[in-house]
Amino acid sequence: MSSAEIAVSGTEQRSVIPTLKLGTFLLMLPLLLWLLLLIILPHVDLLIVSLREVLGYREYAFSLQNYAEFFTEPLYWNTFVRTAVMSILATIITLIVGFPVSYYIAKVMKGRKRNLLFIMCLIPFWVSELVRTFGWMILLRESGVLSSFIQWIGLVDGPVEFLYTDATLMVGLVYTSILFMVVPLVSVLDTLDDSLIEAAYDLGGNTVSILREIVIPHAMPGIASGCIVVFMLTLGNYLTPTLLGGKDSLWFTEQIYNQFITRFNWESGSAFGFLLLFLSSAIVFVGLKLSRQTLADTVK
Amino acid sequence: MIPSLPQSKFSTRLYAAYITLFFLYLGAPLIVVGVFAFNDSLFPSMPWNGVTLDWFIGTEAPRLGVFNDSQLLESIGFSAFVAVCVTTLAVFVGTCNAFLFERHSFPGKNILYMFALMPLVIPGVILGISILIFTNSIANGVEDSLGWDLEILRPGLFIVIMGQFAFVTTITTLVISARLRKFDNSLEEAALNLGATKWEAVQTITLPFLKPAMIGAGIISFLMSFENFNTTLMLVGSDSPLTITMFDRLKQGSTPALNAVSLMLMIVSGALALFAVFVQRDKNNNED
Repeated sequence: MSSAEIAVSGTEQRSVIPTLKLGTFLLMLPLLLWLLLLIILPHVDLLIVSLREVLGYREYAFSLQNYAEFFTEPLYWNTFVRTAVMSILATIITLIVGFPVSYYIAKVMKGRKRNLLFIMCLIPFWVSELVRTFGWMILLRESGVLSSFIQWIGLVDGPVEFLYTDATLMVGLVYTSILFMVVPLVSVLDTLDDSLIEAAYDLGGNTVSILREIVIPHAMPGIASGCIVVFMLTLGNYLTPTLLGGKDSLWFTEQIYNQFITRFNWESGSAFGFLLLFLSSAIVFVGLKLSRQTLADTVK
Repeated sequence: MIPSLPQSKFSTRLYAAYITLFFLYLGAPLIVVGVFAFNDSLFPSMPWNGVTLDWFIGTEAPRLGVFNDSQLLESIGFSAFVAVCVTTLAVFVGTCNAFLFERHSFPGKNILYMFALMPLVIPGVILGISILIFTNSIANGVEDSLGWDLEILRPGLFIVIMGQFAFVTTITTLVISARLRKFDNSLEEAALNLGATKWEAVQTITLPFLKPAMIGAGIISFLMSFENFNTTLMLVGSDSPLTITMFDRLKQGSTPALNAVSLMLMIVSGALALFAVFVQRDKNNNED
């Protein structure tokens, strides 16, 4: 930097400093309003409502009854555990399905073809989740495409219902979240130098050992952020379990919806909401700690 | 492993087959939705009865096409209105946030930044119920103390806009910040040196530089708002945006008119998404 430039930035700073405080504050105002009115206060209110009991019309008392109800009623408790377990399972399956695809895009394909494949992976994300789920319903229902197809090739005699099972639910959940696994994996695999793989090969490594000792350790940050995002999205999903899962496969977000909209029991609905938020944050926190990442890293 | 290493033909083919299968899995539901928009049958299911355009232009029930279905058209209108409001607000606040986080230093910056990222980890349903409860508390409070009934804070389009704005703003902030980070500050300093005021410099130099990111962020906001379901479901009143109307019809069982509207939605959002990619991919090419 030349002395002239230093002089310029020096005078600029002198002229800016007196107004800086006010300017910063004005610029901060939208942010503060947004975070306070739409994020922080609503969640504080959610906590307050979850900790109260209705005595009469707009009369409330502090109580832990809503949380007690959750722990004593097996249906709620089971749904909660089931949602968590299914979400973890969906995350693992998404990783297993998505990793080879990401590796293919990042390492095997080059140039134009690579970009095309990558963009093709993004397309489903731009289509409303509702439309995607609708597509799965047309494919898998009793009078659907798959059922007709296996009848046509003579595998079965009558129509087969594929919807409303846990396997279908899993197909839908993986479909919805695959993109959020592929994108971080592709970007982390892009930074892996090919010569490292070549060197490992020259030193006698085979596919399995190279994957285990070179590729996967390098991809760990991407795996962690992909898994975290996928887990959160799956846990908070409402559409896919409702439409593909059927009656037996209750999802915790459905319980929250039922409490709020159907039963109009906002107090226990809030408690459920808070529990879900807690579960989601706890798992994200543990995931971030285990992979030594921060939330800001995950976003990039 | 990588093309420069020798590998067996069999494993290469197997790998390629897996990738093909994967893209089939990715494309199948979307293709099926589109194709069945033209099926000449009352239900979006097999058998295939030949091609018809009734589900777009049919005039009377039960073969009511999208273009004559006033309920669907109205809900598209509501969605567009909500999306325009959300986009305007989110791009404005996102731009302010980008300047704040990239240019200014102040106490508590890291904590505020963390809070600004929070909406990404809050499930949509929870964000929806928390805003529902909060607006309801305010409305009840005002009613009890002042006797005014604030209709605007009851479930309806206004709080849907607020709910979507709450999480879309995080995305616009990230997109616009990423672009601002690449800005060469000496350009703005040169403008100041040539006698421009701070605001003039920002207006003539920095904002035009940010424009691609602002347009890109705007398109992303519009699409996210238009297609949002989880948050909207909790906040919606009697005026249903498109996704809510489609969901109701999906549950009841619908005619292929639903496929027709889905197909149009796919085409429009696909085109917008490509445009967003195109706008942001200018000479200062960036990968994120």
